[in-house]
Amino acid sequence: MNSRIEIQRNILDFTLSSLLRRKTKNAVLMVVFTIVVFMLASIIFFTNAVKREAVAVLQNSPDIVVQRLSAGRHDLIPADYIKTITDMKGVVSVKGRHWGYYFEPAASANFTLVVPDDGGEEGRIVAGKGVSRTMRAGDGDILPLKSYKGEWVVLSIKGVLKSDSELVSSDLIEISEKDFRKIFGIPKDRFTDLSVTVRNPKETLTIAKKIKDSFPDTRPILRSEVLRTYDSLFNWRSGLLLIIAAGAVLAFIIFAFDRASGLSAEERREIGILKAIGWETSDVIAFKFWEGLVISLSSFMAGIILAYFHVFVAYAPLFEPVLKGWAVLYPEFRLVPFIDPFQIATLFFLTVLPYTAATIIPSWRSAVVDPDQIMRSQ
Amino acid sequence: MRRPDRFLFYIGANIFIIAVMFIHSFAATRNIEQVFAKKIELVKRYGLTDLCIFTEARYTRHPSQADLNTPFQDYPLSFEHFPSGSIISPPEHLRLGMKNE
Repeated sequence: MNSRIEIQRNILDFTLSSLLRRKTKNAVLMVVFTIVVFMLASIIFFTNAVKREAVAVLQNSPDIVVQRLSAGRHDLIPADYIKTITDMKGVVSVKGRHWGYYFEPAASANFTLVVPDDGGEEGRIVAGKGVSRTMRAGDGDILPLKSYKGEWVVLSIKGVLKSDSELVSSDLIEISEKDFRKIFGIPKDRFTDLSVTVRNPKETLTIAKKIKDSFPDTRPILRSEVLRTYDSLFNWRSGLLLIIAAGAVLAFIIFAFDRASGLSAEERREIGILKAIGWETSDVIAFKFWEGLVISLSSFMAGIILAYFHVFVAYAPLFEPVLKGWAVLYPEFRLVPFIDPFQIATLFFLTVLPYTAATIIPSWRSAVVDPDQIMRSQ
Repeated sequence: MRRPDRFLFYIGANIFIIAVMFIHSFAATRNIEQVFAKKIELVKRYGLTDLCIFTEARYTRHPSQADLNTPFQDYPLSFEHFPSGSIISPPEHLRLGMKNE
């Protein structure tokens, strides 16, 4: 047993010295392999963390949101819908919600204005961290917003939401109902949408159907649909994943193809010499196995570790320009490090194993040929 | 130290760091309710339905609440022109909704 381990150690020793003889080529190979794994792992970590966080946080969103559609677009919903929906069996409560978007021309940023359940405090707002950062306004400062009539509504900031909640609140402004109506000119008998609470979660779909039947101009959105949205938002078919993953996979296929398509003259000569001095075919295959494993495993591990630091310690700075788009207000969210061992294992089986296999196969083809023939063919 | 030992030490160090990553991840996500307490409080207080990842367009700011005609936001032949609209895929219920309409 010990002698077997010793043999493998010696083969590994020889493999490492062989790799060092072609150190520039192998170093480039390892750097590119590491980058490929790093990019794929970064996307996997990022999208998985966003999905898991969305599910954990949005579990607490309204059971049903009822929107009214007009000419195919979201429109204000009349207050008298509330009474009819409240009377439906299984409905606990229906609340009219006020929220909307405000474009701030000075900063060219979009804010989300939202009225809390208690109606808020007139003339005073709570700003999200992103709003505070973009407007350079903090606790006690004034934030004037222009109403639909072109008049300024002067609001004072009574608080700034903490940065650890930026993923849900970066662009939010908590505003009073009165100020909200003043800015957007919304009549008293209209709401942005309705939030419905149901007694039994199993009845949610039935109640949504009843709402749709009673008010054909509405569109009920279930909490399960909200959660599914975030599950599918960054799936493999979405642009970000597809473009980066396709690039990385193509680069990897080129690698593996290069290895599998045959050995260089120098590598063939090396195998010929090894066979001539008494190495068995199995030893040559073990040597090539170690060679593939040294490159792929080292690169894989380095790529995974770098991706973890990139996403969860440095907060994905490489993705920032992509995610930012044209937005002026960019949430500086810090993702909680959810990692899935299954996804890491999948990445391992998709990168390390094919590369190692692609290294062994052409070597086996060369190793079974007579050494004299290999060396004469040079 | 022989060369194979140095390599095995390097692999061992990497395995150790990956193990620390898993421990860190496990410790940070063990008590979800507590970790996300502030965010959950805000979601309940304002009845939030979406994460604030993109702020440039309303259908990517609130993808779950987007109109059924989101791909044709401006007019029927318009191309998607916000970068974030190209990054994420449309919500499942929207795609199904369009089929059912």
